[in-house]
Amino acid sequence: MAWFKKTGDPETDKTVKIPQGLWVKCSSCKEIVYSKEFIKNLEVCPKCNYHSRIGAYTRINLLVDHESFSETNPNLVSADPLNFVDTISYKERLTISQEKSRLKETVVTGLASIKGIPISLVVMDFSFLGGSMGSAVGEKIVRAVNDAIVNEYPLVIFSSSGGARMQEGIFSLMQMSKISAAIGRLKEHSLPYLSVLTDPTFGGVSASFAMLGDIIIAEPKSLIGFAGARVISQTIKQKLPEHFQEAEFLLSHGLIDMIVDRKDMQKTITSLLIMLINR
Amino acid sequence: MRIYLDFEKPLEEIENKIEELRQTKEAGEDVDSELANLELKVSRLRTKIFSELTPWQRCQVARHPDRPYTLDYINRITDEFIELHGDRAFADDPAIVGGLSKINGQSVMIIGHQKGRSLKERIYRNFGQPNPEGYRKALRLIRLAERFSIPIVTLIDTQGAYPGIGAEERGQSEAIASNLMALSGIQVPIVSIVIGEGGSGGALALAVADRIYMLENSIYSVISPEGCAAILWKVTPGSPNTNLSTAAEALKLTSRDLLSFRIIDDIIREPQGGAHMDHNEAARNIKRVILNSIEELRTYSTEELLENRYNKLTSIGEYTEMDDREMGMA
Repeated sequence: MAWFKKTGDPETDKTVKIPQGLWVKCSSCKEIVYSKEFIKNLEVCPKCNYHSRIGAYTRINLLVDHESFSETNPNLVSADPLNFVDTISYKERLTISQEKSRLKETVVTGLASIKGIPISLVVMDFSFLGGSMGSAVGEKIVRAVNDAIVNEYPLVIFSSSGGARMQEGIFSLMQMSKISAAIGRLKEHSLPYLSVLTDPTFGGVSASFAMLGDIIIAEPKSLIGFAGARVISQTIKQKLPEHFQEAEFLLSHGLIDMIVDRKDMQKTITSLLIMLINR
Repeated sequence: MRIYLDFEKPLEEIENKIEELRQTKEAGEDVDSELANLELKVSRLRTKIFSELTPWQRCQVARHPDRPYTLDYINRITDEFIELHGDRAFADDPAIVGGLSKINGQSVMIIGHQKGRSLKERIYRNFGQPNPEGYRKALRLIRLAERFSIPIVTLIDTQGAYPGIGAEERGQSEAIASNLMALSGIQVPIVSIVIGEGGSGGALALAVADRIYMLENSIYSVISPEGCAAILWKVTPGSPNTNLSTAAEALKLTSRDLLSFRIIDDIIREPQGGAHMDHNEAARNIKRVILNSIEELRTYSTEELLENRYNKLTSIGEYTEMDDREMGMA
């Protein structure tokens, strides 16, 4: 199919994000870590176990069987229905983000296999406009859900987003119901949907497909919530409790199924899929 | 005492004069022709002002403290209404009201955001900002309606879901997400009307429907103009309104904008000068639309209804395909 890129796309390897320099500073505990060690540790801080934000292609390479990923709809991008202009125009903002992140949109979708199990995979990348969800994100995810239904594959989504993309106004908001409707169809087909929440997952993304997983997994210490901490503390005019909205906070409040380290993610997803599919 | 918004000030002057004349009339003076003159003048001026409202001014009308709220409409459009309470798990959220009703003899489940009018009531209603239990109560009533084949009407009027510690602890995101998914597959007709503020996910969680309408001066947006301005222009509360105007304009949040985007099905007219000027007339306009929509939606089979709703939901979005050259990628 013309939709699918050939496997072993050089772009995949090209966009692997490597921290600059010999040392990196953990953005959680501020500890200075030797770069090589940090990368070997899957960009997880060896001191505090904070799972840093990683690029979509890096994550795909860590997760799926070698050369099994074929990207779908790689060229689908958002239009500018509002002709939105703030300090610069939205069109310019998109171009700048595309050049800076080497991505065309927030979300990368495709078909892949994980330990031999075929899946429909969606991975969000926070480096593209804060992982914000606009029309392209909505359409690409709905198509990925449809790919899962047509092929009878499980769906796996890695979320990372600040929420709906303001520059597409009401169209962004409507992506929440659009994707949720599609997830509803997936569930009618009894196909598993695993939702993995990574740092950060907020707003329109958490309040739609991210929280609709049959099983919801989070990476350690990821910040997850509906409203941002700043908005909440301004509204209630109080200091927020320690570790508020961290993955561990959500686990203890019964909102997610489990917290899984990046190094164990592939194994956990594989086991869950095998239990759900091979009954 | 009537509350005048900034741009209504010219009306206030004339209306005060009309009031004075009425008092002199009661005292026996003949002022009929002058009174008629001024009444015509004020009516023309009001029509003119309201036909030229900027998006930011419309936001102010949508939030007008005298604007009819969900229960004001329910009291006017139903033959009978029995409110139902609670999510059966944690609490009853007064920011969302819902219950069974009869409208012209037809059973209807009505659910809506509820704001308060007095300070005490505003606090009790949490300023119309629901907690998760509000959305879960709504979902319970939606499922109840589905089981008894009762059509659902939702009235939308919230600045957004409540951003609080408890809301996060009890899964605000999950509650909204579950409603979005459930409403997309509910097997009875759903009609949504934005009556005031359609504030982001907190509004959408009740507004996934077969037919979506907006009152003429209501707004519907992914973020409030205040929130948008705070992010894009670093505007803080209390700073001048120019950025709020710009933000309101940029967000394209008026009923006319949403109709032009075909996000909504139609605009419901408001009485001259806004719904707050005549609650009864606003309610009559809404009632007509509700009855017509339900009658029309009843002609579809359940399969058609769900297929149409699914297509309506999933066709929203403006996107395009770009090739590698456009991006300057080698």
